[in-house]
This record gives sequence, structure tokens and C-alpha cells, in this order.
Amino acid sequence: MSTKDRPAEKVGILVPAGMLGAGFSEATIERGLALGADVIAIDGGSTDSGPHYLGASVPKTTTAAVARDLRILLKAAARADIPLIVGSCGTSGTDSGVDWVAGIVAAIQSEERLRLNVARIYSEQDATTLKQHLEAGRIHALPPLGELQAETLESCTHIVGMMGHEPIVAALEAGAHVVLAGRATDTAVAAAYPLMKGMPPGPTWHASKIVECGGQCTTNPRAGGVFATIDADGFTIEPLDPTAACTPHSVAAHMLYETANPFQMREPAGTLDVRDATYTSLDERTVRVEGSRFHTADQHTVKLEGARITGYETMSFSAIRDPHILADIEAWAELLHTILRQRVEQTLGLREDAYAFDVRLYGYNAVLEELDPASGPPREVGVMLLVSAADQGTATAIAKIANPLMLHLPTADMDYLPSLAFATSPAETERGPAYEFVLNHVVDTDTPTDMFRLVLQEAAHHA
Amino acid sequence: MPETTLADLAHEIRSKNAGPFWVTMELFMRDTDGYRIAADPGFLNEGTIARLYDVDETTVSLYRIPSLNVVKISFPRPVSQGSLRDRDMHAGQHHVPLAVLPVQAG
Repeated sequence: MSTKDRPAEKVGILVPAGMLGAGFSEATIERGLALGADVIAIDGGSTDSGPHYLGASVPKTTTAAVARDLRILLKAAARADIPLIVGSCGTSGTDSGVDWVAGIVAAIQSEERLRLNVARIYSEQDATTLKQHLEAGRIHALPPLGELQAETLESCTHIVGMMGHEPIVAALEAGAHVVLAGRATDTAVAAAYPLMKGMPPGPTWHASKIVECGGQCTTNPRAGGVFATIDADGFTIEPLDPTAACTPHSVAAHMLYETANPFQMREPAGTLDVRDATYTSLDERTVRVEGSRFHTADQHTVKLEGARITGYETMSFSAIRDPHILADIEAWAELLHTILRQRVEQTLGLREDAYAFDVRLYGYNAVLEELDPASGPPREVGVMLLVSAADQGTATAIAKIANPLMLHLPTADMDYLPSLAFATSPAETERGPAYEFVLNHVVDTDTPTDMFRLVLQEAAHHA
Repeated sequence: MPETTLADLAHEIRSKNAGPFWVTMELFMRDTDGYRIAADPGFLNEGTIARLYDVDETTVSLYRIPSLNVVKISFPRPVSQGSLRDRDMHAGQHHVPLAVLPVQAG
């Protein structure tokens, strides 16, 4: 009889890496299985790399990297007879992202002759339904954004809802061996199975936050995976690389990572509170955490993410090494702004409010601009011109009008034309549509699962 | 002699997005002496951050965590992530103005 038929006293979670497709060694997985893993959980996405991936519904990771990781994980899950849970499939968790990962899984199952039941959980949301929620007063803004307007929902190319653990638990209870979730909180991916097995929510959510970035909570963040064991009173955590260590400091510090509030974290079902958590070394590489609490919310909520097109961008990149121009690079950039605006009006008849551009002086102050604490002339400067317009043709036309300036623009005191260093030919690169995130709002749900759609494919139906 | 900065007293100073609309920073100070300097509200407070980052002081949250020798700061991202004016997609380089802040002698 397998242990999963009995009530669990503890649940071991194997987290191979911070992101599916990031890579890990096969030894990591072997060690996790040897430690008695009850579930493998891995995050497949994030908003961290920007709005493009949600707006365009394309993954950040490449198929070969995701397939390489999944092949190892699927074989391990089948061999150990434990579930594999992947969250935020396809980076943004859109429906096509789930289908993309499902396609990779199906191909591997066929090649490796695996017979695992695969659940897909779709999280994409329809603007029309959300507008009804908005009219009914069931959508609320999270700071710093203000009240949601219906037009904002309509303007999004894609909207996803961030699921908690509940839809994943529903998939496991329906018989899934592999759960491919659309957008899910980073923590829900690891929390679902232990919560289903009756582990207490405080330690479960806290452990899930600590493991969500893989080796980030260890003394060697590049070492890869981690293993957490949750029980009735708390959790223990250790790195899967035998040469790495978890220390009370490395574990406690990870609670701070990418979260605005270091003590509390909101999940769909409630709030994790680690203010009274204690961190103790069990040995030189294992840490015990107790005292984490979870306060169940009166109203279950699902957070929305949405992205819309802001315009179409074209980029051009030149570089300056001449010390005479670099001596007052700001004046040169100001002249570029002025002349480019004049030339755009002369040739395209466009006023300043019909387009926008950003001139970034890499090597001078491109990253921090006026916040930059350093000063003094740079050795060389890369000049990136980023143009945004209502359509691609206009953006490229503006970048081409800038081309002779980015090649030859002199400073005011030069009576000859310098030639600057374009990085590529052609100098212009069309970037396609550019997107922005516009939603930071939550929906009051009727049930924790009703915004998500579960499709279970039984292994028996595989070809 | 060059001025001592917060970075000189820290193991790590980092910044990162906390979702698309917030930036968060942590000062991991080397020891309790460094922590005492970084956590001194007379030296580093919401107003200091507002000046360094040109943001509204009332939007800045500052957490002092003596058990970790950490000071953590969060505020809304002045420029939305990925927009035309966003030059730091992950907000991963925005710790620098804080890191090079000179500490008072003594």
C-alpha cells in the first residue's frame, strides 16, 4: 500500500528549480526522491520579465529547455508514483501557455511510454464576465492602482486570474498525476498537495513561499533545488545540492524576496503571517521553521493580471566614443531631441502628442537617469533610440528619420560632421506591439474554483 | 579618504520588482553595528528614500528587522514595468542610489 492512501503525518515537497526550463541536474531529482518526496512542484512563470509575455501570450522560455526539464520530472513522477504540479504554464499562464506545456508533456509521454493523467487548468478570463463583476461591485483595486474602468478590461489582449491552491487540489482529487496550471500564485503550486493531505496552512504557505525560487533560500542560490518537509507543527528545509546549506538567515531572508511586505503575504484564501516565526538550525544545512500562521479571509479573492497594447515600437542603436561629444553628452542628446521633433513634423506632419520616443544613453545614465548618483564624462556611450507610435510603419519611419542624426549629429560647436558607430545594419529593429500591465485588482469569488476551468485527460485515452 | 557608504557596511544591497507596480529593496547589513546605522531613523527614513528616488514620502514603507540586520524599503514603481520610459525591467539596479549613500562619520 502506498503512503498516499493513509492520512499523512508529513509531506515532502521537491522543488527542482525556481522556474521550469531553468535547468537542474538529474542528481537533484534523485536526491529529492531519496529524501521521500511526496510531490514535485515547479513554477512555470512570472510577471517579472515584463508585460510582453502576457500581452502577446508567448512564453519566455524556449521549448527545448522546458522539454528537457519536463522529461526528467515526468519520468521521476511516474517512477515514484507522486504528482507533478506545474504553475503559471507558458510564463503568463494564458490558455495557450497551458496548451503549449500540455503539448510538450503529451509528446514526452508518448516517447517515454508514460501513462500519466494530465489535468489542464485554464485561468484566462473573459472581459465581458469581468465587467459584470465590476458592475456588481465585486472587483476591488490594490494599491497603487485606482478604481477599475470597464474600458480597461476591454482594452486588454489577455487577462488571467491567479488561482490559489483550490483548483489544483480539485485536479488532484479528480485523479490527475500531472497538473498543468494556468496563472497560479507562486506559492499555490507547492501548497496544494500538502493542504490536500491535511497539513496546517501556516507552515504550508510559509514553506511554499520559501521554496518558490528554488535555491534562492540557500547559501548558494545557483545550486538549484530545495526540499521542504511540512508536518503538524512547522516545516524543515534543506538544499538538494549536498554542498549547499540552508541557514536560519538564508531562509528568513528569502521571505523578503520580491514581496513588498516582509511579514504578511496575501493569498486568495487568506493571509500568511510570519511575524512570530522562529528559524532554528537542525544541523549545518537544515533549518526548522515554526510559528507561521495563516489567517483565513472572510472573502476569498482572485487577483487579476491584464496587459494591453500601448503602441508599436522601433529601436535604433548607435554609439559614441569621441571625447569631444562625450564631454557634454546631455547637450548632444538634447539637440537630438529637438532636431528629431522638427524633422518628424516637417516630413510626417506629426505633432509631439502623436508619438513618443526615449533616448537612452547607455554608459552615461541610461539605467537611473536623474537618480544616478555618479557624474563625470563617460568613456563611451551607447545611444538607444526607442520610438513608440500608433502603428509599426510610423514608428519605423520616425526611427529612419532619426538615422542620419544618430550617424552624423555634431555638437553645437563642431563645424564638421562626425560619424558615429551604428551597432547593426539595418540600424532599426522593429519590436512589434509593446504592452503595459493595467490590472492590479481582485475579484470577490463565489467559490475558489469557479473562475478556472479543469480539463482532465485520462492516460487510458492516450494513443 | 573616500567616504564610507551603506554598501561598505552591507553584505548585500538589492532591489527588485514586487509585482509590476512595486519596487522593493533590502539592505543586508554585515553586523549589528552596520544595522544600527542603517536602521537609525535620523539617518535613513521615508523622507530619505523620497529624496533619493524622487517619490512621494507617504507612499514609502520602511521595515526594520533587527533579527536579520535588515532594513527593507518598498514603494510604488514610479514608471510602470515595461513601458516606454522603463529602463530597468526587473528594477534590479535601482538599489544603487541607496547603496552609495554616505554614512555619517563616527
